[in-house]
Amino acid sequence: MTNITNSLYTIRFFDMAARKGTFIHRIHPVAKLLAAITYILVASSFGKYDIIPLLPLVFYPVVLLAVGDIPVMPVAKRMLLAGPFIAGMGILNPLFDHGVFYVGGVSIGAGWIACMSLIIKGALTVMSALLLIAITGMDKTAQALRMLKVPRAFVLQLLLTYRYISVLMEETARVLTAYNLRASARKGSGKGVKKNAWGSLAGQLLLRTLGRAERVHGAMLMRGFNGEYNTGELAPMNIKDIAYLAIWVLFFAAVRIYNIPALIGLLITGVL
Amino acid sequence: MSDYITSVKNLVYTYPDGHTAVRDISFEIKRGESIGIIGANGAGKSTLLMLIMGLLMPQSGEIWVEELKVTPKSLTAVRQRIGMVLQDPDDQLFMANVYDDVAFGPRNYKLDEAEVNERVTKALQTVGILYLKDRPPFRLSGGEKRAAAIASVLSMQPGILVMDEPTSSLDPKARRRLISMLKELSQTKIITSHDMDMVMEVCDRAIVLKEGRIAADGLARDILADCRLLEECGLESPLSLQNCPLCGSKKQDPGH
Repeated sequence: MTNITNSLYTIRFFDMAARKGTFIHRIHPVAKLLAAITYILVASSFGKYDIIPLLPLVFYPVVLLAVGDIPVMPVAKRMLLAGPFIAGMGILNPLFDHGVFYVGGVSIGAGWIACMSLIIKGALTVMSALLLIAITGMDKTAQALRMLKVPRAFVLQLLLTYRYISVLMEETARVLTAYNLRASARKGSGKGVKKNAWGSLAGQLLLRTLGRAERVHGAMLMRGFNGEYNTGELAPMNIKDIAYLAIWVLFFAAVRIYNIPALIGLLITGVL
Repeated sequence: MSDYITSVKNLVYTYPDGHTAVRDISFEIKRGESIGIIGANGAGKSTLLMLIMGLLMPQSGEIWVEELKVTPKSLTAVRQRIGMVLQDPDDQLFMANVYDDVAFGPRNYKLDEAEVNERVTKALQTVGILYLKDRPPFRLSGGEKRAAAIASVLSMQPGILVMDEPTSSLDPKARRRLISMLKELSQTKIITSHDMDMVMEVCDRAIVLKEGRIAADGLARDILADCRLLEECGLESPLSLQNCPLCGSKKQDPGH
C-alpha cells in the first residue's frame, strides 16, 4: 500500500519537472519534439557494432539534464523500467553472433559488442524520450504532435492513458488499504495480498476504475469535451526555437557522418 | 422572455434493473433562484441532477433549459448554460494543474487564449484561490479542491449552477467559506444536500424528494421548520433550528 501511495506522488514527477522555467523549457514544443525524434532516428541508425561513433550522442541528454535543471535519479529510475526489454533483446546477440573483434590485441566477441551497442542505443533513446516529457510536459508534447498532424485519436489515447494511470493507481491504493485493514489478523498482513483474494480484488478494481473513469468522462462531457483534448494554443516558432532545432540537427548529422571520437583521437595523437 | 429559466415536466426515469428512481416530477425554476433539493438516500436526487445535465435521458417527460429542450442533440448548448459541480472533486480535477483544469471548459468551446486566461483568472478570484493556479490538484486540501472544482465550472460562465453535495467531507471552516462563497454567486443554483443548515443559509426554496416524488416544494425556511414533513421524508431539522442540546431551550422560529 505504501509503495503505491508513494508512487502516486512520484508519478507526477514529469508534470512537476515540466513546469520549471529554464531556457530549455521555454523552447517551442515542436522544436524540442523534432530534435528528440531526430536524435532517436540518428541513434538507432548506427550499425550494430558501432559503439565509439555513438558516444558523442551522450552530449544531448547531458545538456538537457543540466540546462533543464532535471534531477538525474528520477529519470534514471524510470529508464530502468525499460532495462529488461533492452537487455532481453541484447542478450541474444552473444548467443547467435560468434564473430570476433580484436581491440588492442584483446579479442572480444562480436555478439557482446552488438549487445553493448544495443544497450547504449536503448538507454540513449529511452532517456531522450523521458527528457522530452520532462522539459516539455505531456500536454505540450501532445499539442506538438497535433501540430505535426499526428492523428487526433492517437494523441488523445496517449494523453488519456497518461491521465488515467493516476486514476487507476488511486483506486488500487484504496482497495489495498481496505484489504489490509481487514486482513490485519492474517500472518504477514501488509506485505501482500493472499493469492485467493486476488481474483475478487482484481475484479473489484476493474469495476471501481470503470466507474471512476465514467464519472471523470461525465465531468469532461459536462465541460464541453467533444473528443479534442484542448490544452491551449501554441505560439508560432521564433528564431530562437529554430536555432535550437537547427543546432541539434547539425550536431546529430555531424555525429552520424563523422566518427568524432576517432577524429579527436587522431587530433590528439597528432596524425591530423 | 419567460421568468422561468428551467422547467422539468412529468419526468420519469427507470434504471435498466427496473428501479424507478424518478416518478412524475415537475417543477419550474426562476432566474436567480437558489433551490435546495433534499431527500433521504435513494430519494432520487442524484438521478434528477443527472437527468437535468443530460447524462441520463428520461423515459418520459421533458426538461427545458431556457429555450432549449434537453435532448441528445442539444446537449452541447445545454451544457454551456448549466455547469455541474460533482460530489467528489477528484472526479472533476485531473489536469496537470489548477489553471489547466479551470481552462478545460473554455478551451473546449474554442475561445481564444486571452479570453480563456481572463475567464480562468476571474473564476479563480471568485472562489478565492488564484494563488493556487499553478498547483497540481492532487496537492490541494479538500476545501481547496472543492473551490477549484467550482471554479472549473464558473469559468464556463453558466447561468445555472448545479451542485451535488457541495459541503460533504469539508472541515467546518472550509464549509463556512464555501457557504459564504455560494451566497455571493449570482447564478441560479440547484443544490442537492443532506446539510440542512447549508440549505437553509444558501437556498430560498427547497424541494423535498421522497421515493422519487416531490413531497414538498416551497420556501426553504418553511419546509426546513416543518419537523413532521422532514421526519416523514427521512430527514432532520437543521441543527440551528433544533433545541439546545445542553439546556433544552427552544430555538427561535426561523421566520422571525
